[in-house]
Amino acid sequence: MHSLFSVAVQTAPATGALQSGAWLLVVVPLVSAAILMLAGRRADRWGHWLGVAASSFSFLLGLGIMFSLTSLPAAERVRDLHLFSWLSAGTLTVDAGFRLDPLSLTFVLLVTFVGSLIHVYSVAYMEHDRDRRRFFAYLNLFVAAMLLLVLADSYLLLFFGWEGVGLASYLLIGFWNHQTPNAVAAKKAFIANRIGDLGMIIAIMLMFATYGGVDFATVHGHVAGTAPGTLTAIGLMLLLAATGKSAQFPLQSWLGDAMAGPTPVSALIHAATMVTAGVYLVVRSAPLFDAAPTARLVVVIVGAITLVFGAVVGSAKDDLKKALAASTMSQIGYMILAAGLGPIGYAFAIFHLVTHGFFKAGMFLGAGSVMHGMDDQVDMRGFGALSRYMKITWITFGLGWLAILGVPPFAGFWSKDKIIESAFVPVAGSPWQAWVFGSVALLGAGLTSFYMSRLFFMTFHGTRRWDDGSGAAPALAAGTTVDLRHQHPHESPRLMTVPMIVLSIGSVAIGWLLSLGSGIVGWLEPVTGHVAHEADPVLPVPVLMTVTLALVAFGILLAWRQYAAVLVPVVPPRGSVLTRAARKDLYQDDVNDALLVEPGTYLTRSLVFGDHQVVDGGATGLARLTVGAGSLLRRVQNGYVRSYAATMLIGLIVLVGVVLAARI
Amino acid sequence: MSLTNYLVLASVLFTIGATTVLLRRNAIIVFMGVELMLNATNLVLVTFSRMHGNLTGQVMAFFVMVVAAAEVVIGLAIIVSIFRTRRSASVDDVNLLKS
Repeated sequence: MHSLFSVAVQTAPATGALQSGAWLLVVVPLVSAAILMLAGRRADRWGHWLGVAASSFSFLLGLGIMFSLTSLPAAERVRDLHLFSWLSAGTLTVDAGFRLDPLSLTFVLLVTFVGSLIHVYSVAYMEHDRDRRRFFAYLNLFVAAMLLLVLADSYLLLFFGWEGVGLASYLLIGFWNHQTPNAVAAKKAFIANRIGDLGMIIAIMLMFATYGGVDFATVHGHVAGTAPGTLTAIGLMLLLAATGKSAQFPLQSWLGDAMAGPTPVSALIHAATMVTAGVYLVVRSAPLFDAAPTARLVVVIVGAITLVFGAVVGSAKDDLKKALAASTMSQIGYMILAAGLGPIGYAFAIFHLVTHGFFKAGMFLGAGSVMHGMDDQVDMRGFGALSRYMKITWITFGLGWLAILGVPPFAGFWSKDKIIESAFVPVAGSPWQAWVFGSVALLGAGLTSFYMSRLFFMTFHGTRRWDDGSGAAPALAAGTTVDLRHQHPHESPRLMTVPMIVLSIGSVAIGWLLSLGSGIVGWLEPVTGHVAHEADPVLPVPVLMTVTLALVAFGILLAWRQYAAVLVPVVPPRGSVLTRAARKDLYQDDVNDALLVEPGTYLTRSLVFGDHQVVDGGATGLARLTVGAGSLLRRVQNGYVRSYAATMLIGLIVLVGVVLAARI
Repeated sequence: MSLTNYLVLASVLFTIGATTVLLRRNAIIVFMGVELMLNATNLVLVTFSRMHGNLTGQVMAFFVMVVAAAEVVIGLAIIVSIFRTRRSASVDDVNLLKS
């Protein structure tokens, strides 16, 4: 059994020029975004470099703040920066402030470092887009919103960044919104996020009702003594928020469609910003979840379901980007699962998030590079043998591939193995949990290995399944009748390959680097708490590691046998029931349509009908009545003076009669 | 002479005037009906003035006369101009204001 010793961390006011200037982290990208949006076409020539500079500035400042924290003893590494009194209404007073601690700074560095690399990459990737300046404005807005989200010191300010991230993702997914499917995908992402946001709003209201405040210090400081039901409710609502933003079951359907955006956006959403926000929220709310075991169990279950769900979907997708998206879903599932495990998992969730940020960003940029060389094609069945044409993309993508598989000593090995081990640690009172969640995590590792290898082999290995213009027909699977697409694969320019190289170095080394000494776990201790190691997993760690690696090897082998050793059909075969279901995201969209969209449509239709009949009916009825009365009265106006005179006389006689009658 | 006689006379005159206004079509005759109604009223005012022994009613009667004179000037002018344009002095022909 693990026991939790909270390090007695006192928050202290921020000191020093660097920490007091932390607000610049958010403001600089935000101002840059505003300039880019307002300056118009004048900024077309230099706008993208302004975006890169703003993002890089935030990274350098974040780095400086991190060093100012590491120079302090661990117990003093939580700093509060009060900015201004935000709003005061009755008993609710919210101050806008930043919390500088190891958790938020880890995110700041990940977001700004990976974000800056993606900015640089986008300079080349979006070169021929006439709206590149607008694209960079949105990227900067995205980064600023995410930084606000992770730096906020209250749930309300966090929510502000949360919504900003939702807005920026909407703008970026629908960046090419002149094509309807892209606009629809953006709308879908936005609406799925709104459902999650509802959970967030309810959680904030519950906190205000229970604690009278919404800042982390107030809420986390009063957890002890709160009714368990309230805590569970808050925890579940926060989880709902997390599922929306992090594309977890049951709100995961938007993630695949979000691939409609330009590829750097996908890299940004999947690696650094947006989907990591849910994990951040759960880890940040650790004191709440620690006190609500039921909510935590639900978190683990959601993570486990999504983990397998994403892996199954990823195994069937032929769209390069959508397969990667499913992989993200699955990997975030790992993180959510780890976060739900409680104190033993928080640090590993963040660890995996950081390593994942590197290798997934690297792979997405690699996918963008492949698309760049292959005329924006994304169907992997039309790829094959690209390793000969795109050496750098192949190597960098391959390193990311090894990292996500968890092959030692690449990054994923260090973080994912820890999560699997933690999942196997027994929980007091319910021994089945360790076996169930541990097995799911193991299964996920095997599936990850299969689908990522499938993706890698289909793209870079095997025989080419495109027409290189030489006239020599490539070897194709028997019975192929379709015409191959004419392609001239080529390596991408330097501005795109350099970020990929940097990220692939990260994919190789970051796991090992962050495990040096006390590593990232020790660094995060002031936030996640110190865990004294008292219990072991239900299976010995070496056994778990061996089984994991055996499953990974098996996955690679299976994928090799199916997608590299044999000729891959250009037209997808019909496949089994499961394959067909996985190609359609396990019918998630159909379920959503049947359960939510259809009833919603009927509801709105009946409301429109009611509006037309009752509300409009009342209004038009009144108008019709007035018109009718008017046309009746109009008859009296016949234009004959004598009839007017008669009316006057009769009126006068009546008047006199009335007056006299009152007298008598 | 008793008060009743004057009032009955005034009422008869007023009724004749009103009936004329309502029943006759010729604008000149209608006008005469109006004058008759005004003078019936004047008669009542003067009668009561005499009965009460002060001059207020008589002053009012003078006012009515002045107004009637002014009204006759304008009314006859209107009737003449209508007759010139429409070739008719019938009040039923002047119905352009209808709807």
